[in-house]
Amino acid sequence: MKSALRIACSRVHLQQVRDFVRNYLTSRQLSEVAINQVVLAVDEVVANFIIHANSEDETQFLDLTLAFDQHDLNVEIADNGDTIFLPGPTPNPDFHAYIQQGRKGGMGMALVNRLMDRVEFFTRGNHTVCHLSKHLA
Amino acid sequence: MKVTAQPSADTLTLLLDGELDASSAIVLDTELAKPDILNYRKVLIDCAKLSYISSAGLGVFISHLQRFQDANVKLIFFNMQEKVFNVFEILGLDALMTIVPSVTEAEAA
Repeated sequence: MKSALRIACSRVHLQQVRDFVRNYLTSRQLSEVAINQVVLAVDEVVANFIIHANSEDETQFLDLTLAFDQHDLNVEIADNGDTIFLPGPTPNPDFHAYIQQGRKGGMGMALVNRLMDRVEFFTRGNHTVCHLSKHLA
Repeated sequence: MKVTAQPSADTLTLLLDGELDASSAIVLDTELAKPDILNYRKVLIDCAKLSYISSAGLGVFISHLQRFQDANVKLIFFNMQEKVFNVFEILGLDALMTIVPSVTEAEAA
């Protein structure tokens, strides 16, 4: 079964995105930790699209699709804005440096890469799409 | 996200209630940025009702850590739910921050 959600590019919709992912996963026999890991990965990518790719322009929107293939969850997050947003390689965060610098950001994509089995960003026409997948037994 | 401050002698306890994400992190940031907070010896973060944390929430704690250390203020987390602790663990932050099971250990730390 497939499930879809469209949201405007505002960070106030992040709660709605998390609830959407949680509700979708509820029917599966998964631990709270496993559900939270997927919710977190989707939340991080969506927050990046909203804040960094679309500068919180509420006239832009994102389309999310969730689908299971047996025990593999596939997530698509499609940015309908025209800014191409392809994050480069993610270095491991240097937390000692972050603490000294009082730095707030720079760990979202590192988290996503550790939480999901596969993370891909690509372009479709003049839009950016992110595919995430994870085996959930 | 709701943050409730409970001051007592040399300790300030902050009770976090809700989900800490890129939208709500500002509420916690405002609380931790208050100059008066450096007058306490310990700041205890009660995570019993913290049901979610994203990198934006983690970033708020990281960004204030050096300021706290410079002022000799201990930052101690307690009552953390397993799914929230797992997020600290994935990034290795459990080794850099003081996270204890209960208020008893937090007060003794």
